[in-house]
Amino acid sequence: MKKLLLATAAGALLAGAAGAEEIKLGVSLGFTGPLESMAPGMQSGAELAMKEVSDSGLLLDGSTVTSVTGDSTCIDAAAATATVERLITAENVKGIVGGMCSGETIASLENVAKPNGIVMISPSATSPALSTIEDDGLFFRTSPSDARQGEVMANIIMERGIDTVAVTYTNNDYGKGLADSFQAAFEEKGGTVTVNSAHDDGKADYSAEVAALSAAGGDALVVAGYVDQGGSGIVRAALDTGAFDTFVFPDGMVGQALEDNFGTEIEGSFGQNPAAEGEGRETYLSMAEEAGFDGSGAFSAEAYDAAALMLLAMAKAGSSDPATYKGSIMDVANEPGEKIMPGDLAKALEIINGGGDVDYVGATAVEMVGEGESAGVYREIQFTDGKIEVVGYR
Amino acid sequence: MDILNALVVFLNFVFIPAAAYGAQLALGALGVTLIYGILRFSNFAHGDTMAIGTAIVILLTWGLQAIGITAGPLPTALIALPLGIALTALLVLGTDRAVYRFYRRQKAAPIILVMASVGVMFVMNGLTRLLIGVDEYRFDDGERFIIDVRSFREMTGLPEGLALRSTQALTLVVAVLVVIALFWFLNRTKSGKAMRAYSDNEDLALLSGIDPERVVRLTWIIAAGLATIAGTLYGLDKSFKAFNYFQILLPIFAAAIVGGLGNPVGAIAGGFLVAFSEVAVTYPWIKIVGYVAPWYEPGGLMQLLGTEYKFAVSFVILIVVLLFRPTGLFRGRSV
Repeated sequence: MKKLLLATAAGALLAGAAGAEEIKLGVSLGFTGPLESMAPGMQSGAELAMKEVSDSGLLLDGSTVTSVTGDSTCIDAAAATATVERLITAENVKGIVGGMCSGETIASLENVAKPNGIVMISPSATSPALSTIEDDGLFFRTSPSDARQGEVMANIIMERGIDTVAVTYTNNDYGKGLADSFQAAFEEKGGTVTVNSAHDDGKADYSAEVAALSAAGGDALVVAGYVDQGGSGIVRAALDTGAFDTFVFPDGMVGQALEDNFGTEIEGSFGQNPAAEGEGRETYLSMAEEAGFDGSGAFSAEAYDAAALMLLAMAKAGSSDPATYKGSIMDVANEPGEKIMPGDLAKALEIINGGGDVDYVGATAVEMVGEGESAGVYREIQFTDGKIEVVGYR
Repeated sequence: MDILNALVVFLNFVFIPAAAYGAQLALGALGVTLIYGILRFSNFAHGDTMAIGTAIVILLTWGLQAIGITAGPLPTALIALPLGIALTALLVLGTDRAVYRFYRRQKAAPIILVMASVGVMFVMNGLTRLLIGVDEYRFDDGERFIIDVRSFREMTGLPEGLALRSTQALTLVVAVLVVIALFWFLNRTKSGKAMRAYSDNEDLALLSGIDPERVVRLTWIIAAGLATIAGTLYGLDKSFKAFNYFQILLPIFAAAIVGGLGNPVGAIAGGFLVAFSEVAVTYPWIKIVGYVAPWYEPGGLMQLLGTEYKFAVSFVILIVVLLFRPTGLFRGRSV
């Protein structure tokens, strides 16, 4: 037994050292659950980056990268933990693109990834709690914290001349984090939040919730929920009873379903969601189209960037060992260095192998701040003639 | 003017939603109470009978819409309802044949029948999901509003708006019609009298030549009808989701027990009592108080309980009634 252990340990050491290897990356996303419609696009994004790197043959002496997927369910922390446990202990992944939702990500990071020393880069977990979590330098995200979104939303509302709002949020880490950070930002700017209350997803009837919001009053209603879930129910009930007619929609609500469900009924409502403009995004969209999927899906580009960052950091550190490459992620993400667009990963690897510096821009204009999260660019939208119209970026 | 505004707010946010919800609960509770009175067990599968009945009605509605039949300003589901009830009744009779009859012949204790009904509940729950899926469906068509907020404001000039959805009015009208029909049936027809006799005293009923199997069959058919109507009205008014019918089982039982199990009048009163308590306890009264008593400025929202705890209200009512008046307000049987 002892010999076996020694042999395994030696094998692991050898595998960690130089030489072409087969690197496995875990992709832990909510393939079932409330955001299941987004997960395939995100998986394709992450796998696109892995394929690009594998095909170049330039990562760690020609190592190849394969993905191992797991279902994080988005809402069930225990299931997500079990999935990540499997990815790490049974599949021996060197890093994980995921999780998808904030609560599940926190649970799997604290319970499995941290004790095992595995790097996690989440494309879509946006809770402010993840900014300050004890992560041993293992956790990063290519999406901005909702603390930032709260500020952006407060600015947008203020600029439209509204200074009292009611807030309702979906009863989970994402909703609560966003609602609280928004309230803090809004009140700091002199606005008034009349009520900040939760709603539960998956109920038939939201008239009681809306009655409470309406009694508290406000010029607009901020709905920090999900468009496929209670968020739409709240908007429906508020419209039916005439409680509110202007709504503010953060990222979980901005989607095609909003146009389909309400159309012109919510004329003049507005909101924002994270989305970078510019060259990187355009390139990514055409790359995705070529690869046969829709790159404009929510957080698909962020997933591409998450996988790309992880692989570039491995090249930079000269090792696929998470304990070694975790320190290189901020290096490759930020200046100084050559700007790297999506599709340029081979070029980036060449520069890194030649001892140079890169500044990964990618599909979402990645700029890592603080503890390793995207600074975040938001798209401001409003409803005109029943359609979502982009009015600016901030 | 302020009194009028207060009245409008009250009607819009408290009275109309609670009345519609109360009618849906009352119809559900009637089914539960009927089965309890005649078959002598609490049927936990009633919520999921509502779900599967509604799912059948929705499928029929889609069929009707596909061939271009609609009910004009009324929801198409109303046309689909009779056939939906018939199919649900067949299903429920099949369940009785397959499950309950066996235990009835064995003269099993009521608790065994209750447990069997829990099993039936899970099976029906699964069947509903297989049949229509787990997503949310809206199947109300026709006119959405009788009075909508905007036109009410223009009409009256009041700053507060009042909305009356056609599904809410429909719920109340259908509920009243169904209750009248049910009471006429129970009190005036031979079969109804036979059912009541069987409910009051099984042995005497048998002696007087009443066919017990016929009474049981009639009970199931009526219960299936009530369940399908209640479920469809609930789905029309809110939206259909398989899981929601499992959730309203608790308020329905609370309503039936509050009124007195086995007592139809009690079920109706219980339904409205539970619905109005749920809404009134979780509603913040500040706006209404602001109109009626502008000089009084309370600190908070004057909300007794957060809306997340809505279901707790039915629990509390249930426990209080069981503790202090186990037979219910209208002297049904004790549980």
